[in-house]
Amino acid sequence: MQRAERYRHARRFAVVAGLVVLLVLPFITEAIDEPFYVDLVTRFMIFAIAAASLDLILGYGGMISFGHAAYLGLGGYAVAIFSFYGIDNGFLQLAVAILGSALIALLIGAICLKTSGLYFIMITLAFTQMLYFLGISLEEYGGDDGVNTNRSEFFEGLDLYDSTTFYYFVFGLLVVCVLGLRRVVASRFGRVISGAKSNDLRMRAIGFPTFRYRLIAFAISGAICGIAGFLLGNLTEFVTPEYMHWSRSGELLVMVVMGGTGTIFGPVIGAVGFLLLEEWLSSLTEHWLLFFGPSLLLLVLFAKRGLFGLISPAAGGGE
Amino acid sequence: MGLPLILEQTLNGVQFGVFLFLIAAGLTLIFGIMNLVNLVHGSLYMMGAYFAAVAYQWSGSFLVALGVALPALFIVGIVLEMVALRTLYQRDHLDQVLATFGLILFFNQLMIFVFGPASQEMNLPQGLEGHVEIISGAPYPTYRLAIIATGLAVALSLYYLIARTRAGMLIRAGASNRTMIAALGVNIRLLFTGIFGLGAALAGLSGAMAGPILSVEPGMGEDMLILSFVVIVIGGIGSVQGALVASIIVGVVETLGRSIIPFLLERIISNEAAQTAGPAITSMMIYILMAAVLFFRPRGLFPAKGG
Repeated sequence: MQRAERYRHARRFAVVAGLVVLLVLPFITEAIDEPFYVDLVTRFMIFAIAAASLDLILGYGGMISFGHAAYLGLGGYAVAIFSFYGIDNGFLQLAVAILGSALIALLIGAICLKTSGLYFIMITLAFTQMLYFLGISLEEYGGDDGVNTNRSEFFEGLDLYDSTTFYYFVFGLLVVCVLGLRRVVASRFGRVISGAKSNDLRMRAIGFPTFRYRLIAFAISGAICGIAGFLLGNLTEFVTPEYMHWSRSGELLVMVVMGGTGTIFGPVIGAVGFLLLEEWLSSLTEHWLLFFGPSLLLLVLFAKRGLFGLISPAAGGGE
Repeated sequence: MGLPLILEQTLNGVQFGVFLFLIAAGLTLIFGIMNLVNLVHGSLYMMGAYFAAVAYQWSGSFLVALGVALPALFIVGIVLEMVALRTLYQRDHLDQVLATFGLILFFNQLMIFVFGPASQEMNLPQGLEGHVEIISGAPYPTYRLAIIATGLAVALSLYYLIARTRAGMLIRAGASNRTMIAALGVNIRLLFTGIFGLGAALAGLSGAMAGPILSVEPGMGEDMLILSFVVIVIGGIGSVQGALVASIIVGVVETLGRSIIPFLLERIISNEAAQTAGPAITSMMIYILMAAVLFFRPRGLFPAKGG
């Protein structure tokens, strides 16, 4: 019991320390005159939102979606297409990003959740590939070359072109999304999702229409990833079908597992860890994937519990 | 849009289906029997193409290229199974996805590291460069006909292997009840390694034959891999017969649709709208087909027994 207590303190410390670091980071980068890092960490936080959203269905729901990048793309195109027609209203774009992602997730989920296991993995991948090719076929919006966008406008005084402002904007959304996801998984709804993961038949036997619950979780997850896509479109001011490339979906899975599935905080750490590793390795050699690929195999074989798992009790917990 | 064009596009579709079948056949056996999500299979196709292209550049003979690529891939498959994938059979699907995802990244980069980022050249084999006039006014490349013939021959041999031989009996038994045949004293690890080697060689054959008509470059395997997934989902996991039927369907729909749909749309809606909607619809078609099949037959057209 004391051990569990210590671990809880460690986790709480990690989360608070992370928050503090993120809060003061723009001041530090300004002090050492390296403004580049603000954009870099903004990018980390955007992927953290995406990874945390995937954890809802992967870690808690046991749904291995190999197509989560679809919603990054949908969120991105919500910015790009409105911006293309000169509509830069952020509220509208964000609403469309969220609702559009949720709607597409409902459609894809309705088909995918009829299946399970291998089928589920392959079908989520296939549908995202479909959206990827759809993006390529949209000549109007640049096809596979992509399309330039403006940053969204919310209200007077919130200038997203300012790196620091945009940083805190993303930071705020990250906090909202993570807290929201924590609320969801702790709620009765979240319990049903986890229950369906461990024993779907039993959950149905005691009267829960688990299909509906899982479908809604799938849609919530997609909607939150749509927010990440919206932010990514704003950050890069450029949206291409590459947002939805299958390897992006794979990377999101890696982030979640690297951080620790079923923890919400873990994937946030995992996203930062993954992107830092990518930055670091690719600065060493252009053939960094030669080392990164096999290290994924090693991660799976030997460190399955992820970074956040290091400060979580070993047995009996969460699972 | 006349009959010759439709015939040509249909044959192109069948030929594309053969490429898919050669990948999907091994993949579906590995999914069905070993319950392994194997993303590396697309990389095996890519390596088959690379080995063939390099052997071709060195020897100038397509037969030598095939003679190098097939055994090489058989060995690569066996080594890969013994070194990396064997440890994954007992793991859950998520682990398998991540580990084999890592291997894809590795193999793609390995090809860039060894052969450079440019695509490799490979010519049509001697004697098959010409055209055959199937019906008057519709000349068709001999090489593509040879691919179709090879695909059918492989399908027949696989059928013979699985339905008529002792090894095939073990494969079928393994698919329906792994534990039982292990208990009966069959060396299931050896069987798995053998199946993996066979699947790798077939993917390699597909890659080698694709060499002269598609560009041999890193990442060429992934699009084929994802299409093979669609094939397997439509055909039913574990069913080679299903893989054959579904790959021909997917190949024909994908290829024929690209020429027919824009043509039909132009008739129905305005020319301008057709030019926008046509590519969008054709690019989504096989996925819609997959969704439709799943809706009516959730386990595919030819669900494998057991498993």
